[in-house]
Amino acid sequence: MAEGDPATTRTFASAPAAALLASAFVVATCGLIYELLASTLASYLLGDSVTQFSTVIGSYLFAMGMGSWCSRYVKRDELRLFVRVELLIAVLGGFSAAGLFLLFPIVDHFRVALYGLVLAIGFLVGLEIPLLIRILRGFDFREVVSNVLTFDYVGALAASLLFPLVLMPYLGMIRTGFAFGFLNAAVALALLMVLPRGGRLRMERVAAVLILIALAAGFAASDRLQRWAEVAGYGEPVIYAESTRFQRIVITRRDADLRLYLNGNLQFSSRDEYRYHEALVHPAMGRVADPRNVLILGGGDGLAAREVLRYPQVRSLTLVDLDPGMTGLFQKSGMLTALNKGSLTDPRTRVINADGFRWAREATGSYDAIIVDFPDPVDYSIGKLYTETFYRAAARLLAPGGMMVVQSTSPLVAPKAYWTVATTIEAAGLTARGYHAYVPSFGEWGFILAARGAIPAQARFPEGRFLTAATEPQLYDFPPDMARRPTGVNRLDNQILVREFAEAWGKYEG
Amino acid sequence: MKADRRAVLGIGAGAVVCAGGAGALALRDPPLPPGELAGADMVRGHRLRDGGFPAPGRFEKAEVVIAGGGIAGLAAGWRLAEAEFGGFRLLELEDSIGGNARGGANAVSAYPLGAHYLPVPNREAGALRLMLRQLGMITGDRDGVPVYDPAQLCADLQERIFWQGRWQEGLIPRTGLSPADRRDLAAFQQAMAGFSARTGSDGRPAFAVPMAYSSRDAELRALDRQSFAAWLDAQGWRSPVLRAHVRYAMRDDYGTEPGDVSAWAGIHYFAARRGWAADGAGGNELTWPEGNARLARGMAERLGGRIAPGMIVHRVARDGDGLAIDAFDARRGDTVRLSARAAILAMPRFVAARVCPEAGGTEGFGYAPWLVANVTVDRMPRGRGVPLAWDNVSAASEALGYVVATHQGPAAISAGTVLTWYLPLSDMAPADARRLLVDRPAEEWKRIVRDDLLVSNPELEGAIRRIDLWRWGHAMIRPVPGFLDRADAAPPAPPLFLAHSDISGLSLFEEAHYRGVHAAEAAMAHLGHAHETLL
Repeated sequence: MAEGDPATTRTFASAPAAALLASAFVVATCGLIYELLASTLASYLLGDSVTQFSTVIGSYLFAMGMGSWCSRYVKRDELRLFVRVELLIAVLGGFSAAGLFLLFPIVDHFRVALYGLVLAIGFLVGLEIPLLIRILRGFDFREVVSNVLTFDYVGALAASLLFPLVLMPYLGMIRTGFAFGFLNAAVALALLMVLPRGGRLRMERVAAVLILIALAAGFAASDRLQRWAEVAGYGEPVIYAESTRFQRIVITRRDADLRLYLNGNLQFSSRDEYRYHEALVHPAMGRVADPRNVLILGGGDGLAAREVLRYPQVRSLTLVDLDPGMTGLFQKSGMLTALNKGSLTDPRTRVINADGFRWAREATGSYDAIIVDFPDPVDYSIGKLYTETFYRAAARLLAPGGMMVVQSTSPLVAPKAYWTVATTIEAAGLTARGYHAYVPSFGEWGFILAARGAIPAQARFPEGRFLTAATEPQLYDFPPDMARRPTGVNRLDNQILVREFAEAWGKYEG
Repeated sequence: MKADRRAVLGIGAGAVVCAGGAGALALRDPPLPPGELAGADMVRGHRLRDGGFPAPGRFEKAEVVIAGGGIAGLAAGWRLAEAEFGGFRLLELEDSIGGNARGGANAVSAYPLGAHYLPVPNREAGALRLMLRQLGMITGDRDGVPVYDPAQLCADLQERIFWQGRWQEGLIPRTGLSPADRRDLAAFQQAMAGFSARTGSDGRPAFAVPMAYSSRDAELRALDRQSFAAWLDAQGWRSPVLRAHVRYAMRDDYGTEPGDVSAWAGIHYFAARRGWAADGAGGNELTWPEGNARLARGMAERLGGRIAPGMIVHRVARDGDGLAIDAFDARRGDTVRLSARAAILAMPRFVAARVCPEAGGTEGFGYAPWLVANVTVDRMPRGRGVPLAWDNVSAASEALGYVVATHQGPAAISAGTVLTWYLPLSDMAPADARRLLVDRPAEEWKRIVRDDLLVSNPELEGAIRRIDLWRWGHAMIRPVPGFLDRADAAPPAPPLFLAHSDISGLSLFEEAHYRGVHAAEAAMAHLGHAHETLL
């Protein structure tokens, strides 16, 4: 180790001075990485990347200015403070990505956390350069300023290249945060070891080692953190996220728009769900002379149930949904019961948590209307709920004169899949008739009416915001791009529907 | 300076500890899940080898005794019951029937312990089809073609393969193939289609299931004189993708490497299946959560109280015109001697030869050992690429992959499931492999199973609740070159009859069923019981 003090040797060739300059480089790299992380993360979570990058970078630079300005109040012991600042940045920056991801779904004002963190890191980074220059005050001022700023800017270049080319693709945001926090803390520890005066800073050494351990542990657990943070892939603020045994339930809210996602797939937007649910329920219910006994398969959000319960004749509504987590949520949360008008706790409603495929095949009973509202056939498990076997089982449960309706994906995006549902229902011995409605958040959406015999031409139902006696007959008109086409039958052992659906929606990764 | 150096060393050591700690966190080895280690009853099996059974203390009579409650024995019993032949008994060494087709169950699902599916049978498998009708697996006919119950045919998606980090549909990779791979795969498939369509000089199909219906054309039988690997080499097909697929197939059906499999048996795998079914289901399989235990149970239910488990048949000898069959009753601890007019030894040859030297030699009869693990998980496996299938094979693994028990379950969507993971110990001599199977501790096997699953399905980390291991010392007869001649060896004289898939040399449900039905009909013919042959 080189002897002497920078104040007396006055040459940058000495190890302590070289270490300090190297730290300027690392500090600059880390600083810019945290800034880029915060911007990227904000764009990812909040959308509108131009705004996010501008505001994050702006506030970060502003905070740096504040830090630099405040450095004047540091009267002595710059090295100790410099090391402490380094360690603080290591903690804040290192945990920034993981912390923000985890905070996102659980805090109401995410921006407060985001900008608070950006300002704090910016402030600390702003302190660094003035402190560093002062630590090196024994040297020729011209050289100090030139060297420190050179390393600072070169470090920034390194960061800006590394971030998009290496770090994002290979490490991801959470790991990158931990890795650079570790680097930050490691620089602090190295300075403590190399600088002759560093030996006095025992507390800082202990802190540095502890911080390194914490960051390494965070890095090792990144996969798990990433899983917890998966809810971050939504366009709107997440206000509720829960993994039940069967699925991931996420509810988002932007202003008055409440959205439900199951396993990342949009189920409804409160802005236009009335269009979907009125179209789902009333054409079938309106064709049953006296709908007393109604069955809903799926529909655990209770929105179809809300429409069914508008009929005063309904004596009993049986709702079979797989997931008690889902029906429980829509029975208890005030915000959600306001939306479904308490349909799941209505005395006429009986909620059964069971697998629809199994339940339908084992059930006995007779229902005047059966509303089939399952998720789209995105995989072969859900695909079983659209097979001939399933429709045969459901048809058994249909009372004389009863009607069934099946939500059947988009006839515009996936016309083949849509008409496959109709063909399959017919193969199960039922009469089928397709119709469609426009639901802005879904697009053009399709349904199939089914009955044992002929399907009545006229429907009588309580008028809604979307469906009226005048508009209902228009739903049965299919322009040529959605018109019926010949398809096969969706069978358990040959689920053509799943393939057609995936192909049409471009989600199939074969 | 010294103090400083010590501090540096101290911090260095601290850093090493910290890095080690981080490494340990990253590579931590969480405790293995619980689970049982079980298998064919070795104590009873070895007792048979070591002898020392008490002399008969009870004496009973039966018309026909079936010794062995695997598929061949059950099929023999089914055939006798079908012909309304009374007075037979079926003795099984184990406490439960089914042989390789046994199953287990836990709170999550029933699952197979071994054999787990039956391909839709060929047109020639008439006896089997009759049974499938009775068991409700064939529900009717359309234009004279059998219609299979869609709920018992393997549901879509049937198979997927983990290849270059992604799951693809089917068992042969479709991407990342070289022109040579594509050329060899196409040539191979074309050749197999040719064999499948081919008729021998005797007018029979070149390759049939049951194999007894295959042509005896000398040119075809000559294939049995070389290994499948040698035959493929001779065709010039060296594509690693093709050879890996062939290896998978040979280990899957025979538990044996292509270099040890007869070329006739190898081609039989690819060219003998011409499933006959309506609705395009001919290429599909019948399967159930508990695997072929469903078929075993279906047959057993028709035998009623004629089945006696826990009976170790240890001596079969001629006694006048009939036979004396000594069976040790494991529950009562005594030996009963059954005097029978005929006996069907429905047991593997190495056991049959021990209880009755007349049953024939054991030369050439080798058996492949397997390990089967039932892995209970509380998350469904996923992975990049196509969604979960029934049979999930990893090109990156020595194991044959896993089947999903709940795929055929009553529910469409399950939160958790049981994955049945298969590993034939084919890369060493069977005797050495059996020793390894016994000697390797259960914890080590579990680690192997877990680590293998997590390669193709890392999302299962932390979701494995149980790993139950099942060791099969003699799981499958190995169809080595020359095996075809064995089926031609003269059977023992009546009233002794043999029934086992090892006579066919192919460890398939259809073969065991055929041999059982064949022996039962021969016994009935010998005893003068009127019946119309199903064969």
